[in-house]
Amino acid sequence: MLLVPCPNCGPRNASDLVYKGESHTRPDPNLVTEAEWRSYLYLEDNPAGWLRETWYCRSGCRRYFVLERDTTTNEFRNPPVPGAKIGGKA
Amino acid sequence: MSTSPSSPTRIDAQPGEVIDRSTTIRFSWNGTSMTGFAGDTIASALMANGVRVISRSMKYHRPRGYLTADFWDPNGFVQVGDDPNVRSGHRLIENGMDVEPQNVWPSLDHDVKAANGLVGRFLTAGFYYKTFMRPAKLWPQFEKVLATFAPGGTVDLDTPHRLHDKRYIHPDVVVAGGGPAGMSAALAAAEAGAQVVLVEHEHHLGGHLLWGSDADRAVVAHFASALEKAGVEVLLNSTVTGRYEDNWVAINQRSHPLAVERLIKARAKILVVAPGLIERPYVFAGNDKPGVMLSGAVRRLINLYGVKPGSKAVVLTANADGDATIADLERIGVDVHVVDARKGEGIVAADGPAKSVTSVEGADGTKIDCDLLVTAIGWTAPTSLLNMSGDRPVYDPQTARFFPGVDIDNVLSTGGIVGDGMLDEVIDHGQQTGRLAADRAAAVAHRLQAFTARATPVHGDEPEWTPDRRSELPRDAHPELFRSSTHGIVDFSEDVGSKDLFGAAAEGFDSVELIKRFTTATMGPAQGKLETVNTVAVLAEARGETIAEVGTTVWRPPYAPITLGALAGRIFEPVRVSSIQPWHERNDAVPILAGAWIRPEHYGDAAAEVRNTRENVGIIDVTPLGKLDLRGPDVPKLLSMLYTNKWMKLPVGSVRYGLMCAEDGVVLDDGVTARLGEEHYLMTTTSSGAATIWEWAENWLQTEHPEWQVHITPVTTGLTSINVAGPKSRELVGRLTDIDLDPQSFEYMQVRTGSVAGVENCIAWRIGFTGELSYELHVPSGHGLHVWESLLEAGTDLGVKPFGLEAQRIMRLEKGHFIVGQDTDGLTKAPSTGMSSLIKLDKDDFAGKAELGWAMEDVEAPIVVSIQTSDGTIVPREASQIVKAGTNEILGRITSSRMSPTLGRSVCLGQVAPHVSAPGTELTIVLADGTRTQANVMEHHAHFDPEGERLRG
Repeated sequence: MLLVPCPNCGPRNASDLVYKGESHTRPDPNLVTEAEWRSYLYLEDNPAGWLRETWYCRSGCRRYFVLERDTTTNEFRNPPVPGAKIGGKA
Repeated sequence: MSTSPSSPTRIDAQPGEVIDRSTTIRFSWNGTSMTGFAGDTIASALMANGVRVISRSMKYHRPRGYLTADFWDPNGFVQVGDDPNVRSGHRLIENGMDVEPQNVWPSLDHDVKAANGLVGRFLTAGFYYKTFMRPAKLWPQFEKVLATFAPGGTVDLDTPHRLHDKRYIHPDVVVAGGGPAGMSAALAAAEAGAQVVLVEHEHHLGGHLLWGSDADRAVVAHFASALEKAGVEVLLNSTVTGRYEDNWVAINQRSHPLAVERLIKARAKILVVAPGLIERPYVFAGNDKPGVMLSGAVRRLINLYGVKPGSKAVVLTANADGDATIADLERIGVDVHVVDARKGEGIVAADGPAKSVTSVEGADGTKIDCDLLVTAIGWTAPTSLLNMSGDRPVYDPQTARFFPGVDIDNVLSTGGIVGDGMLDEVIDHGQQTGRLAADRAAAVAHRLQAFTARATPVHGDEPEWTPDRRSELPRDAHPELFRSSTHGIVDFSEDVGSKDLFGAAAEGFDSVELIKRFTTATMGPAQGKLETVNTVAVLAEARGETIAEVGTTVWRPPYAPITLGALAGRIFEPVRVSSIQPWHERNDAVPILAGAWIRPEHYGDAAAEVRNTRENVGIIDVTPLGKLDLRGPDVPKLLSMLYTNKWMKLPVGSVRYGLMCAEDGVVLDDGVTARLGEEHYLMTTTSSGAATIWEWAENWLQTEHPEWQVHITPVTTGLTSINVAGPKSRELVGRLTDIDLDPQSFEYMQVRTGSVAGVENCIAWRIGFTGELSYELHVPSGHGLHVWESLLEAGTDLGVKPFGLEAQRIMRLEKGHFIVGQDTDGLTKAPSTGMSSLIKLDKDDFAGKAELGWAMEDVEAPIVVSIQTSDGTIVPREASQIVKAGTNEILGRITSSRMSPTLGRSVCLGQVAPHVSAPGTELTIVLADGTRTQANVMEHHAHFDPEGERLRG
């Protein structure tokens, strides 16, 4: 099981957190086309390499945060800056 | 030879024996009483009693005896009492143990299915795939017959529940394997300051040293005491069954004093893999006959258990262990004929009647009489844990075995798996590995802390990542010996022979991964430990390739099979109950499990509960209702974002209903939210949605609008919730509260706070899920039971009675109120619920806005309607299909249905296609028995009191 570095709780089992998927900016619902909105909802970049993704520390601090992870090695980098707006798919 | 005990074969005490001859253990085998000594495995005890045939093989039901006489023995599965598939080479005997053979019918001695052997040519690889494919309709018959042939023991459905447990540990280093290298590594790591867990598969530390010299055993004793002094946790009779991401290591502990098994989940910073080597069987005609054994089995039986495995032996040896076996056998007086593979000598067949070996045929044509044939032809490196870490082993023809392929930072290997050498070289390698493991564990710990520095302050600079400068162990040359000139069994557990592999190769199965799945070779309970390399070698031979070219299969978890009990373990899911639960239990409530909650379904008669609530007054415990306390100046903004309707102008003292949608427009939850004060709100969610909606609200606050000032506190269990419903509810509540209940000042959809039954800080609001005049009370949970009992006491003359979840569900259905997740599903967008008036697209933003804009234009989406059957006595089962008359074209389905005690007829909600959703439309419902019945779409959702006069009263 992946060990996820929660900025508040320390390294925790991935099962303590919820994986919220790739972090993307939410389009303005007043301006968005159907195609844009649905690609935001359903399409992932799924890169082999570095990926920005959102985690929710459900069993710990209950904070959402963004981490960068290399999908080929599961290495994490750039721990989140507390309080910053992180965006992310709801 | 018979399976009943013949000549006892226990010999004089051996210097390294692990049995206690002063303690006799009585057990039974196949109905016959026998004795053994404390410390005996079932296998050694049976062998000591002269038992040679233990089981019948899986497919051909050939008699089988012990091959390896250890954990991996493919022939040693027995039934112990109600415990099937016990490994008799590993399990220790206990007083009163009832041991039975498995997979035999009618008996071990006379097995009818041995006739399979006669028709063996029909049971070749892929037999099942090819034979029972067609005709498909006959499969159920085939299955019944085949099921009787399935191997394995008998599951007793009345087996008492036994404790299986789980444990979580976070050691610096886990060492898998307690032989010389593993012990040395564990000790060195601990002495370097690491917290170490050493896991040994067998009952004793020491590995092969146990059946070595006195000096070898002195080394084991030294390590055992040094490990204890160094504080290493030693887990005996335990197996590292898997290695997963970030060194998440699963350990199956079979030696716990209380639990049958305990699954230990270890987050190891460094894993040291030191499993040693596993002896490989030789493939030749008759290699599965009772009396054919591997050298390791013979050495164990003689040295650890004082058992003489035969009286006249042929030993095929290609290495020092074979030579040591010869010495052991000669020492105890066995007449040995040596066949030395290193001199080009060989064997081609073991001959004799079905249940024994009486002679061995040499490669030179000689025939040697014997009752025991021992082979020592090489090793398999069990690289499973390395495979699970991403390694792919590489074949070395000089040593005739596979070696680890690439270095993995946090998984280090030592011992036989990486090389040979003298004992002190192996111990030295283990020591270097242990030190390296401790160094790297410190670096890993520092790295994790530094990455999460806010959580754990980090001290000092990161230690350097110690490079791997260990000296390499030498590799001893070993002849490549896999198969003789004859065909024999490759996979003993699955009854797959070399002939089957040749056949499969001829059919075109050229990849080892495919041939494994086609023939099932390597897929039995030995998990490939005995068979994989021979499978690869035979395939290479059949295809005229080298072993390196064929490669090997990927070893996946588990290292050794694990029971379902160990995996299930202890369940860590708490069950929730409200503060009123003691009353419910005292009053015979019939419980129902609803999500995480146990709550009353009814108190004996749900229909009577409905009638009493409609006529008098009823109270229901609705504590599981999700409750979120919201505070801050920006709560209205959050509510506007979560709900589809408007919230910016909700006055203090009011309650509003809202619908929540996900970003795809699908209905997520619904409920009411009250404004208790200027910046204080209480939101209720569905019972099942409580956790989700909290997370959902936090998501908006934390990711999209961190600038909003809102604080959310979940108070679901902090407040006990009681709904008081019915025409006499005002009178009942009025007797207990200081809140002014005058309908002019406390209207429908309003909220007040005050005391109830002397309890301060209670919240009361008027809503109408049941359709009755009702007051929902939220009281501090410490006083919940008191308020509940006070209501019952104060309302005796009013006829107050409790009602359960079922009565509430009936009443809400009479009123046509939908339930999210019952009448809606994962595709139901908000306009389908008939709540379009609550979707305010003129709001700047809210969850689901974009999709709902398009959904409002959708003319094909199904619609939730109330449905009345023409025959009111018929209650169509929920999920009954609604079809076009005279056809099977599906137009919708019934989502909720009940018999209404109030109306005396059935009431339904359903989802139907829009063109049949208009009031009065006739519908055809297919009932569970296949017959059809007529129904009509109703004008209102509410079957009862559509104008809502009662609840507004």
